[in-house]
Amino acid sequence: MTPGTEGLLRGLAPQALGAVARRYGSFADAEDAVQEALVAAATAWPADGLPDNPLAWLVRVASRRMVDQHRRDDARRRREDVAASWSIAPPESAPGRDDTLLLLFTCCHPALTPASAIPLALRAVAGLTTREIAAAFLVPEATMAQRISRAKARIKASDEPFRLPSPAERGARLRLVLHVLYLLFNEGYASNSGPDVARTDLSGEAIRLTRILHATLPDDPELAGLLALMLLTDARRPARSGPDGELIPLAVQDRTRWDRRLIAEGEALLTEALSHGQVGEYQLQAAVSAVHDQAPRYAVTDWAEIQALYGLLENMTGNPMVRLNRAVASAMADGPSHGLALLDGLEERLGDHHRLHAVRAHLAELAGDIPTAVAELRRAAAGATNLRERHHLTTRAARLAGGDR
Amino acid sequence: MRFLLLMNYGEVGSGCAPMTEWSPADIKAHIDFQHALNAELMERGELVDAQGLAGPDQARFVVSDGAGAPVVTDGPFPESKELVAGYRMVDVEAAERAIEIAAQTSAAPGQDGVPLRQPIEVRQVLSAPDPEL
Repeated sequence: MTPGTEGLLRGLAPQALGAVARRYGSFADAEDAVQEALVAAATAWPADGLPDNPLAWLVRVASRRMVDQHRRDDARRRREDVAASWSIAPPESAPGRDDTLLLLFTCCHPALTPASAIPLALRAVAGLTTREIAAAFLVPEATMAQRISRAKARIKASDEPFRLPSPAERGARLRLVLHVLYLLFNEGYASNSGPDVARTDLSGEAIRLTRILHATLPDDPELAGLLALMLLTDARRPARSGPDGELIPLAVQDRTRWDRRLIAEGEALLTEALSHGQVGEYQLQAAVSAVHDQAPRYAVTDWAEIQALYGLLENMTGNPMVRLNRAVASAMADGPSHGLALLDGLEERLGDHHRLHAVRAHLAELAGDIPTAVAELRRAAAGATNLRERHHLTTRAARLAGGDR
Repeated sequence: MRFLLLMNYGEVGSGCAPMTEWSPADIKAHIDFQHALNAELMERGELVDAQGLAGPDQARFVVSDGAGAPVVTDGPFPESKELVAGYRMVDVEAAERAIEIAAQTSAAPGQDGVPLRQPIEVRQVLSAPDPEL
């Protein structure tokens, strides 16, 4: 498939799915039919040339599959002498521009865990193929196909009609959508550095979906905050890993490699979002990111501001991991003893978490207590659950222990 | 979350004889069980890979200093119990689910259909780092 066709199909996928699902009233069946139409288009269009109206082509082919499927089901039912009829709902007059929103609401269903909502959203809304999604998550295609079809079966079983939730339910559902997009971005951000360049750019897909959603709901401050957070974080990606994929921490990143255009866009979005006066956790995280992005050097970061933002975030979420970040900011702003004091009692809430040891090591090092820093780094490395982080912690422990700073 | 479930040639909890001494029907039941478990994990969208390894007699240990010829040691090995016999890699939503699959694996049928109670080593695969760094 040429990149042109691929991009076009990804853009058309949610529109075609929205149209077919609305016409026949069944998301799960329409999703299968549209997938088949996309696969057919990927072969036919480069060979026969682009149809005059690509969207109409997809809807027509997918509708034909729906009708074929319906006939097969219908014949089976008649054979089984079941009276139930599969009636085709009359087409609604709802415009297609809300389809992305409706599809995201459908995929981010309360009956699904984010781990199963994400692949479904990538296929139904982002227009990725099962193979691409499987490759992104490093599982066999058959395994991913099953994950998606189980997710759809759950949605089907819930009997939720394919239409936008009532305004009363919409807020809660939107939070779920934002959470799924946030996790998708993190998944991509975590896996994007390193040698796996062939993997689908999941954070890029998360940004694309969040952009489309933001265009539909421009006045939701948390949605704008989430998009700002993604852009402000993604801006640092070029500086975040070395030539061998090793982690380069914020403190020593080459800030000239940050993407200033993304930072400017993120800051503008955040300013607009904050003006609504309804601060939420994505806006606060974006604000922290913006403070980092504004600092010309790590040492001159506005740590007092970051400390205050993490304080608000901790009050809002009660998340002990936020306390870790606040402790680092506090140590930078007021000195390591202040930061260390904030870590007191966190064991009870976080247990033997490697991030707690990593932060304590960092603060001990700032305080000049090298033996504690080395011991804590070694404990952190032993408990780390990801490879690059473990390499990073092991290397730091070795450097500190050897006096090679 | 990914986990590697490892089976070795060590003693099984049921204390039953090695597979070579089982009846053909017991061997078939055991193999069918493994296939059915793979199919179930695939159907649930959790299976990444499952492989049985060639026997300890064909194992080799290779040691090299990077310069001279490597030292290759052929089997059989006195400590063959510690060698890996096979593995499954699963991608699950929580560690509890990996334990559940390991338990299922451990109870594979042995001689006369008695559950083997084979020890399964459950190891988490390191993932990519958090984005906060």
